Amino acid sequence: MASIETPPTALSAGAVVPDTPAAPGGRRGSARRHWVGWFFIFPFLVVFVAFLVAPLAYAAYLSLYTKGLATGTTFAGIDNYKRAFTDPSFLHGLWFVLKFSLVVIPLQVIVALFAALLLDEVVGRLARFARLIIFLPYAIPVVLGSLMWGFLYSPSFGPIEQISTLFNVQAPFLLSQGNIFYGLLNVVTWQWAGYYMIIIYAALQGIDTSIYEAARTDGATSRQISLRIKIPLITPALALILVFALIGTLQFFVEPKVLGPIANGTITPDFTPNIYAVTLALQYAQFNYASAISFSLGFVVFVAVAIFMFVTRKRGSLFT
Amino acid sequence: MRLKKTLSVVAPVVLALGLAACSGSDDSGSSGGTAAKPTNCTNKIVKEDAPRVLVWAWYPNMAKVVDNFNNQHTDVQVCWTNAGQGQDEYSKFQTAVSAKKGAPDVVMLEADQLVGFEIQDALVDLSPYGANDVKKNFSEGAWKDVSQGDKVYAAPIDGGPMALIYRTDVFAKYGITKPPTTWAEYAADAAKVKAAGGPPFGDFASNVPAVTTALMIQKGATPFAYDLSDKQNIGIKVDDQATKDVLNYWADLSTKKQIGKEDQFTTDYVAGMVGGKYATYVSAAWAPGYLTGAGVGNGSSKGKFAVAALPQWDTANPVSVNWGGSAFAVTSQASDKAAAAKVALGLYADEASLTDGWKTQTIFPLNQSVLKSDDFINAKVDFFNGQTANKDIYIPAENAYKGAVYSPFTVYYYAQLQAQIVKLNAGQTTGDKAATDLQAALVTYAKSQGFTVK
Repeated sequence: MASIETPPTALSAGAVVPDTPAAPGGRRGSARRHWVGWFFIFPFLVVFVAFLVAPLAYAAYLSLYTKGLATGTTFAGIDNYKRAFTDPSFLHGLWFVLKFSLVVIPLQVIVALFAALLLDEVVGRLARFARLIIFLPYAIPVVLGSLMWGFLYSPSFGPIEQISTLFNVQAPFLLSQGNIFYGLLNVVTWQWAGYYMIIIYAALQGIDTSIYEAARTDGATSRQISLRIKIPLITPALALILVFALIGTLQFFVEPKVLGPIANGTITPDFTPNIYAVTLALQYAQFNYASAISFSLGFVVFVAVAIFMFVTRKRGSLFT
Repeated sequence: MRLKKTLSVVAPVVLALGLAACSGSDDSGSSGGTAAKPTNCTNKIVKEDAPRVLVWAWYPNMAKVVDNFNNQHTDVQVCWTNAGQGQDEYSKFQTAVSAKKGAPDVVMLEADQLVGFEIQDALVDLSPYGANDVKKNFSEGAWKDVSQGDKVYAAPIDGGPMALIYRTDVFAKYGITKPPTTWAEYAADAAKVKAAGGPPFGDFASNVPAVTTALMIQKGATPFAYDLSDKQNIGIKVDDQATKDVLNYWADLSTKKQIGKEDQFTTDYVAGMVGGKYATYVSAAWAPGYLTGAGVGNGSSKGKFAVAALPQWDTANPVSVNWGGSAFAVTSQASDKAAAAKVALGLYADEASLTDGWKTQTIFPLNQSVLKSDDFINAKVDFFNGQTANKDIYIPAENAYKGAVYSPFTVYYYAQLQAQIVKLNAGQTTGDKAATDLQAALVTYAKSQGFTVK
């Protein structure tokens, strides 16, 4: 890519392009290349502007106004943002997703890393089968996965209930107020660990196996190879999935939204910031404040990712 | 080349501006999503060239009702879509109202939702379109629920007088010889069944805040005082003693595990209803139709339900309350308001539809022609094992219903009440504190919406 866009320099031009007339021709060629670039980028640009930039701009515009049922629309400036960061509903939801991130992300990454390292060690049909099975949950749409877990958790038909009944004990309802955190933790880990596993596994496949041979010659055990060689070499992949997981979890929406109707009110309209924004817009008709909540969440995600990247700047080469 | 380059850069910008223009446009009505003839109807159109009116409704027998209407009319045809039941539909309608396009011509709304849309100018006054001609078909209370002064915002279809549905098999098993007539008796029976190891006596569900509101009103609460002609002012009173008493009463039963705390209408709940998991169900007259549709009252649970009058706080001064009940309103986005009004006033108003509605118990008809018909009065209701439920229970309850005043932010109020019920069920708050917190939240919200709280 870079070599196409960069005009030939004196050094390389001398070898590759034999006798190009000097300055004017070069400039014309550069302009044409410029145009070709725009041409190729155009389809993407249209979609990008129409479905990302324009809605964002419109939401930003909305967030500066306020609309009351009794008063109509008035200009509010940054009042909506001030209100957002003092709104207990928003802060409560934010606190929940932060807490949830702190637990779910390490859990997912550990599960994925362990599975990937294990699958990297073994070969054969069983390993391929295991890889597919671990990846499978990710291939199931999140909505369907959540619905399925809703059934599994059901206090009337779910297998948890039926197994408990066999032993004559009361099954815990995993969507009750005290258990919802763990109920969701399970759903999210189940859904995403396989995907992260594949990313890590792919990174492991990219490592030159002669390194392992050298290590074995030096007397390293499999465990040492995993911990001292493989993990350090796949740090960029780990950093990548951590960022994915962080952004995804802070925007937590689908699983609680789908499980909400069967959770006996545990999943409140302000359970996570995204659910709160949707409730505000679609149920309370507060599109303006909902836009401000969305931007506020975006700001928090941005800050969280920035902090994460600052902390890991020396470890992962991905973002340097 | 130069030109093309410019074009490729300019085009997205133009597109973006176009989008912005779309979203910002304000020409109400003419640009509505209904200007084009609706084609994706759930039902069959009988008269192809007649104007079509798009209707959103969720009555379980709506397919028959629409066919009845279309077969009887050549000048207008209904194109029906089920856009969800209750809140699901309101969310879609609210979004369409905010977007100023995409709403149907006629929408089914519960009485407690009307004023919230009226204040947004989303509904059309039907009085210039012949609403007053059908006024005589309805009781004064039913008519009041859909009107604001002289203005009529919807055509009433269905009422929701409340009563106590109970399981005769569970009552017999635990030696309850007659259904409770007061809430004190109800609590005593609940304790008795619990002590004998029986199932929960009832249910304090967080997802039916309208029921809790009705029960608060029964005890003497008046949560809201609001009149659309005085748009800015609202009275909010949900921290009175009556509200506190009712919340404490149900929280007490729930924390003692004498009643359940499961949400209603979920698969689990319906399975519980079929299996006799709940001894009673405090509900409205239309409930058996929905339960039957979900499979309750068939097979093993057939003939095991009966109905009694709603328990009272004071039998000397009984109060009748209402849950739900629905009406057809014409939206201000309707392109042909006269045709839409014709549908709103005529749909589910013919004898065949009404008869089907009350026989399947999917509606409790408000139309006097049905309420006063011998067939209806003396009907032996299958779901209640042949009980003459209309004559004995529901008609007296409907006649005693005085109407209620709703706030323009019912959805928000219900969400807050729901959150408090969850806390009450978990033993994290008391009825007194829940009522106080609820009051504070509503007052803050009302002020943020620009209301003056009286």
